[in-house]
Amino acid sequence: MFWETAGHLSANMEATAAVILFGVGFTMLLLHRNLIKKIMGMNIMDTAVYLFLAAKGYIHGRMVPIVADGIQEVTAYINPVPSGLVLTGIVVSVSTTALMLALTKRLYEQYGSLDLDEILILAKEEEEKAV
Amino acid sequence: MSLVQNFPFFSIIIAMFSGIISSVLSGRKARNLSLFMITVTTALSFFVLCYCQETGESYTYMMGHFPAPWGNEIRAGVLEGLTATLFGLVMFLAVLGGIDHTAADVEPGKLNLFYIMIDLMLSSLLALVYTNDLFTAYVFVEINTIAGCGLIMIRQKKKSMSAAIRYMIMSQLGSGLFLIGLSVLYDVTGHLLMSPAKESVSRILAQGSYEIPMLVILAVISVGLAIKSGLYPFHYWIPDTYGYATPTASAVLSGLVSKGYIFLLIKIFYRVLGNEHVIGSRLINILYWFGIAGMMMGSIHAIAEKDTRRMIAYSSVAQIGYIYMGIGLGTDQGMIAAVFHIFTHSVTKALLFISAVGLYEVSGNKTDYHSLRGSAYRNPLAAAGFTVGSLSMVGFPMLSGFISKLLFAASALDGTDWKMLPTLIALAVSTTLNAIYFLRQVITLYSGPRSGPKKAAEVSSAGNKSSWMLRTSILCLIAFNVFLGVSSQPIVQAIADGLAMFD
Repeated sequence: MFWETAGHLSANMEATAAVILFGVGFTMLLLHRNLIKKIMGMNIMDTAVYLFLAAKGYIHGRMVPIVADGIQEVTAYINPVPSGLVLTGIVVSVSTTALMLALTKRLYEQYGSLDLDEILILAKEEEEKAV
Repeated sequence: MSLVQNFPFFSIIIAMFSGIISSVLSGRKARNLSLFMITVTTALSFFVLCYCQETGESYTYMMGHFPAPWGNEIRAGVLEGLTATLFGLVMFLAVLGGIDHTAADVEPGKLNLFYIMIDLMLSSLLALVYTNDLFTAYVFVEINTIAGCGLIMIRQKKKSMSAAIRYMIMSQLGSGLFLIGLSVLYDVTGHLLMSPAKESVSRILAQGSYEIPMLVILAVISVGLAIKSGLYPFHYWIPDTYGYATPTASAVLSGLVSKGYIFLLIKIFYRVLGNEHVIGSRLINILYWFGIAGMMMGSIHAIAEKDTRRMIAYSSVAQIGYIYMGIGLGTDQGMIAAVFHIFTHSVTKALLFISAVGLYEVSGNKTDYHSLRGSAYRNPLAAAGFTVGSLSMVGFPMLSGFISKLLFAASALDGTDWKMLPTLIALAVSTTLNAIYFLRQVITLYSGPRSGPKKAAEVSSAGNKSSWMLRTSILCLIAFNVFLGVSSQPIVQAIADGLAMFD
């Protein structure tokens, strides 16, 4: 049983790695207190998905899907759709990363800290003072 | 092909382009453009609804030059048209009602940015409603998140920054899960368009292969969208987010954004994974129990809350719980009730947030429970709006909330399995809890000195009176609420037709 599972996992090495990386990134984004590390976690999580997609789109022994040397048969090339998805995903992840970094910068200017728990406590104190 | 079939695409692209144009306009012009655009897209959505009801069937619309299994598609049916129309109306009234407060809360030079976010938000909501392609749905989910974050952080006061970063973190967790779910689904089925994906899914399920991956896909997509829509254990960002944004943003975020994700989830259940498969899996029971937990805990938190805006926000947690409970019932009636409650909650929450603004205006812009004492005598219309909204949430007859509670109870009675009793008990308890905090607030509004505290009187005499736009918006939302409550039958029928078209 154990060896069978291990065999399955190593046969799908990229998918296994992608899921482990996704878990690492997800946990970092959820649990880490430092905002910059949270953003790093988010990027690891997204990259894991790209690894998964790219690995699934690859077909052993085939070429990049760019027509070269006049070869027209589809069987000569790998599946181009996952690559397109990865590109779209990268664009999305870049923009969310930029937005989160900008927010982090503003928060750092306002509270002088990158620790989310500390920022939330400071924000609460500030509000109580205002009332 | 008739002209009306182009309208879903037109409405998405008009909304997106007005966002782009607004970036070079002044704040006032961007605002007018935004209102105009919302009117136009709502009218277009209404035509789509009429067209689909007339022909009695849904249609797909090819985007670009590649036909079905490869290209991108838009799909419109009765339910899509109805949802888009309703979202447009609520969006219009929320923007109209909050105009003055938006202008006051946002820095003068940045007003057009706020309306860019509103335009993008509407465009992404329409795309989520209409799209037939899973990856397009993911991209628009992200656009929706970014626009939502912009709407929260544009009011640079107090806690809005920290609320925005919390919103962003929770949203990213949700979209990450949604994205990996889509990727695994694409890996298993080889399709991103919903209809061909469903064919592959039913073939795979019939063969009995890929059992674990199919369950993982279902779980990951449901949990991802549940996090983004704020189902109970993932609700921590809701009170801060809705409580500190400007009124328009609160109404839009609570009334529409979370509903867009739930609509997408229902669409994926019906059009990709197959509703029988979803009901057959035990995961639906998890959504059911979390829904019930949300109904209870949201109301209990709301009772403990002193600030009215945060109270309304916690009430959203409870209402989202109702919707997930309806989905979790696993019957067609349950789903109809859930969709109807999506509409009810959009209309009612927008009414509550907007009319609460009218009450703060006459109470020295204080938002806590005690400062609003007697404010009904200072702004009768806003108080009437708040009362109607509260009664609707509690489930008073003639209002839309009553119909959704009736539908939930009826669908619980129709189902013969063990879910009948817990549903009815949960409805009864939650209604009582709702009544405690909403009626307490309403009674506070109508009690106390008629003249109000001196300080507040000074503020209101300083010309801080509700504008005609706020009043119109409250009146329209009240009328809308009563309309849903009195003549619910055509709407319920349209929802049932629309859900039948999903298969």
